[in-house]
Amino acid sequence: MSLTSSTIGRKVAMALSGLFLVVFLTQHFTINFISVFSAKTFNEISHFMGNNPLVQFVLQPILIFGVVFHFTMGFVLEIQNRKSRAVQYVKYKGSANASWVSRNMIWSGAVVLSFLGLHFYDFWFPEMNYKYIEVLPLDPARYYEEMTHKFHDFLRVGLYIISFIFLALHLNHGFASSFQSVGVNNKYSSSIKKFAIAFSVIIPVGFIFIALFHHINSL
Amino acid sequence: MALDSKTPKGPVADKWTNHKSKINLVSPANKRLIDVIVVGTGLAGASASATLAELGYNVKTFCFQDSPRRAHSIAAQGGINAAKNYQGDGDSTHRLFYDTIKGGDYRSREANVHRLAEVSTNIIDQCVAQGVPFARDYGGLLDNRSFGGVLVSRTFYAKGQTGQQLLLGAYSAMNRQIGRGKIKMYNRHEMMDLVVVDGKARGIIARNLVDGKLERHSAHAVVIASGGYGNVFFLSTNAMGSNVSAGWKIHKKGAHFANPCFTQIHPTCIPVSGDHQSKLTLMSESLRNDGRIWVPKNIEDVKSIREGKLKATEITEENRDYYLERRYPAFGNLVPRDVASRAAKERCDAGYGVNKTGEAVYLDFAAAITRYGKEQAHVKGLDENDSALVKKLGQGVVRSKYGNLFQMYEKIVDQDPYEMPMMIYPAVHYTMGGVWVDYNLMTSIPGCYAIGEANFSDHGANRLGASALMQGLADGYFVLPYTIGDYLADDIRTGKIDTSLPEFEKAEAAVKVQLESFVNNNGKNSVDYYHKKLGKIMWDKCGMSRNKKALTEAIAEISALRKDFYKNVNVPGTTKEFNEQLAKAGRVADFLELGELFAKDALERNESCGGHFREESQTPEGEALRNDKDFTFVSAWEYKGEPSKAKLHKEELKYEEIEVKTRSYK
Amino acid sequence: MNLTLKVWRQANAKAKGNMENYSIADISPDMSFLEMMDVLNEQLIGQGIDPIAFDHDCREGICGMCSMFINGEAHGPDRLVTTCQLHMRKFKDGDTITIEPFRALAFPVIKDLTVDRSAFDRVQQAGGFVSVNTSGNTQDANAIPIAKHDADKAFDAAACIGCGACVASCKNASAMLFVSAKVSQYALLPQGKVEATDRVMNMVKQMDEEGFGNCTNTGACEVECPKGISLENIARMNREYLFASLKG
Repeated sequence: MSLTSSTIGRKVAMALSGLFLVVFLTQHFTINFISVFSAKTFNEISHFMGNNPLVQFVLQPILIFGVVFHFTMGFVLEIQNRKSRAVQYVKYKGSANASWVSRNMIWSGAVVLSFLGLHFYDFWFPEMNYKYIEVLPLDPARYYEEMTHKFHDFLRVGLYIISFIFLALHLNHGFASSFQSVGVNNKYSSSIKKFAIAFSVIIPVGFIFIALFHHINSL
Repeated sequence: MALDSKTPKGPVADKWTNHKSKINLVSPANKRLIDVIVVGTGLAGASASATLAELGYNVKTFCFQDSPRRAHSIAAQGGINAAKNYQGDGDSTHRLFYDTIKGGDYRSREANVHRLAEVSTNIIDQCVAQGVPFARDYGGLLDNRSFGGVLVSRTFYAKGQTGQQLLLGAYSAMNRQIGRGKIKMYNRHEMMDLVVVDGKARGIIARNLVDGKLERHSAHAVVIASGGYGNVFFLSTNAMGSNVSAGWKIHKKGAHFANPCFTQIHPTCIPVSGDHQSKLTLMSESLRNDGRIWVPKNIEDVKSIREGKLKATEITEENRDYYLERRYPAFGNLVPRDVASRAAKERCDAGYGVNKTGEAVYLDFAAAITRYGKEQAHVKGLDENDSALVKKLGQGVVRSKYGNLFQMYEKIVDQDPYEMPMMIYPAVHYTMGGVWVDYNLMTSIPGCYAIGEANFSDHGANRLGASALMQGLADGYFVLPYTIGDYLADDIRTGKIDTSLPEFEKAEAAVKVQLESFVNNNGKNSVDYYHKKLGKIMWDKCGMSRNKKALTEAIAEISALRKDFYKNVNVPGTTKEFNEQLAKAGRVADFLELGELFAKDALERNESCGGHFREESQTPEGEALRNDKDFTFVSAWEYKGEPSKAKLHKEELKYEEIEVKTRSYK
Repeated sequence: MNLTLKVWRQANAKAKGNMENYSIADISPDMSFLEMMDVLNEQLIGQGIDPIAFDHDCREGICGMCSMFINGEAHGPDRLVTTCQLHMRKFKDGDTITIEPFRALAFPVIKDLTVDRSAFDRVQQAGGFVSVNTSGNTQDANAIPIAKHDADKAFDAAACIGCGACVASCKNASAMLFVSAKVSQYALLPQGKVEATDRVMNMVKQMDEEGFGNCTNTGACEVECPKGISLENIARMNREYLFASLKG
């Protein structure tokens, strides 16, 4: 099977890359959440993640590939899907038979993607610059400070919160439906769905909490 | 030309086996050189197309719908009979054969019916092998239900959608051959005429319904599988597009039309609700397994019901007349269709009809719901005396058996049949009559065959429930593919038939003339106007009960209506486009001719048998009275220019195996 | 009831279509939607206007031929019905009803509300069958017992009428529900298992070639399906396809 040439292949690819990103998101959330309790632990983990060659040179490229693949494929599918109905309906009542989130993954996805731009601008580019371009000296204690500093600006926190809401919407349909895409549909399906929906609420709300927490602390 | 049924000699039980081993075959290499046209893709047409293609013939198949899967066999609900005796209740090939002959009121050809019973078991095997999901019991084996007119459970089913599943099975077999290129499928094509060359059927003129173009298609044999002509009544359970045209065109080219007056009026259909009605919906006979039919005993109750003052459920047991159970204790609600229909009409004519028009009786599931509910409560160890619980459990059982039918009823009537009894009334459903065929299913035109409902052969004057699917598939899968070889064996050196022969030219020109005359007519009445008028004449004068006076009137009226049609019909548009009205006009034109022959045949047959009830021929109790001395024959009509001039040929029916008796279900 | 109808009119496949408005009076709530269309057509014929072409045949919800997109939904606002089973009592006096053909690249318009759904036939021809020839000596129907649960599920999938409402409703014009129903029916039965690998690969390939869109699991198809075909079938097809692909 080519993951990119058949409709089902592409669908499975979307689901698998999506699930991979969900795993990453969980890990990212866990580390961030630690910052609420302990700056020291947060610094230690961040330092490890930032300097371990396995993380930096194996996992990080895979992750980036996953992200790029997921959104590129998302756009390709959207274009194809639009082509599949050359003449549009005069009246199309999408709300009668499908949820808003399921019909607007492209928009929630696009918001999350633009957020990624902001997020990279805030953290990843400075990191890359620090480590690989300017090659500044190692400082295992700098991470916590750098992060809290970013959350001082209310505008940025506001953008983060809006993005997390869209992330929630995107996850709300995407996470649960990825199981359907890879063919899981059995007696556990309804539990899986409940879990996925809970996840789509808890994780983004958690992120919002972290952002607000550091924002309020920095005031 | 005398009618020769070509029935093989020998004992009935051996005829088919002996015949098969004696007829000519076409070698596999030669089959490639032979083309066969099949018109229609219902159970008979689809199964025949698939099987002929599997054997190696080049098949061209035509249907007027957008896909072969739409043919009206798809709507058959209840089931398909087969003498499998899986229930061990005493069924056998002979019993199925006997039941079918008796059910047909001794007006079918014995040898054909026996063959049908013989191959019935093969059909089930074949369909299961194709992946048809028949209903099964918890042990994983096939389940059966009972149908009218028999004392065994031999009906295989798939909920209330058996026809759909069987047709999709045949359609899948066709698809396999279309994919292999052995069947060339022509969707949205209508057969306009048969082309006869040197006395043999050699092709058809077809019209592409999308662009209106006429096409010539040649073949070494033509198979008509276009179904029945119930739509001559306008209102029937047939699909809107179901028509007689293919059968009628070949009749006009020399094929005899047999027993046109033998029509089945199905007892359990949803009653007519108003003038706007375009078709009637059947409620499967299988419902009579569990439903009890009744009307109120007292005429006062009937009045109150019609005025909306009283509900059916408020009438007590002793004030109900379960008239089928009363009149026919042995078979009760499961008497054959003709008997049940006439009994309903008798009650309604006497003034006991329970809807506004006075043309409806109740089909009540309350007793079954209670019975099943108690059973379930017992099995589950719950309280059998809790009536609410029993009702709920019982409704669950009924839903699993007939869910789709109940839903259909509720959507149409807007009343919940789980709570209130259904209202039903007889409606035209099936036509036993059709193109006359011999034992090989060949019509009186050499090389032209008719199979399924389009022919007349197996059901006599009344068809038993769940036998139409059986006959369609028997003809298509197991009979025609053998018998056609006997004829085609002489054609292996013929080569392709040239479509530029003058016979093709002439046939096409005639079709063109008729189509042009329709669109240029500029009349004032629509096609439906005439179809409805014809339907009304047919229902009022050639319907459930018939008499000499009414039939004579009908003949004159139909003939006059036909003249008016040609003068005043309005067909909009042109011949060179997608034009539904034009297609319909051609079909109604043929119905207007058939209708007259129908009445003529009914007038000629002055006896009551099966679905044909002549008021002049009944017992003092009002039961049908057959006249075996004068009418034990098939009426085969030969076309002589117009219906009124049709010439009657009689095929005498001889019963060697079965003793002809008065049919009794008491 | 008096109604205003906005109907898609298109003379033929190549013509450019547009919406036309028609008024219709004295409609009985007991009429089916198609009977209302019959009345409209009789009215149009009387006025010398070309009647509206629409597909229909059995008018009892089983042939799958009727195919209108009514007020933004396939087969209209009612659930588990086809257009022919939709009754006018679902509308109110004075309503404006929008009627369009089923729209998808793979379902080109033939005329007005009539579309060409032969893409479905071609998908079936690619593998929607069990390769068994007709013969009088197939093994006995009861030779292989099939668990009732599986037989019932196969039936539920096989109940698909091929009307195309799933494609028409899907925002992506995807045919996954239709194709998966057939794949599932055979996948659940022992008779169909032999060819399962080739079947799913070939049918999906054909589906893609016909130009249907991708499935994004919105679930619209399941809601609009007149026969209640379950999304479970799509999951089953995805699974079948995955395993088939791994087998190679």
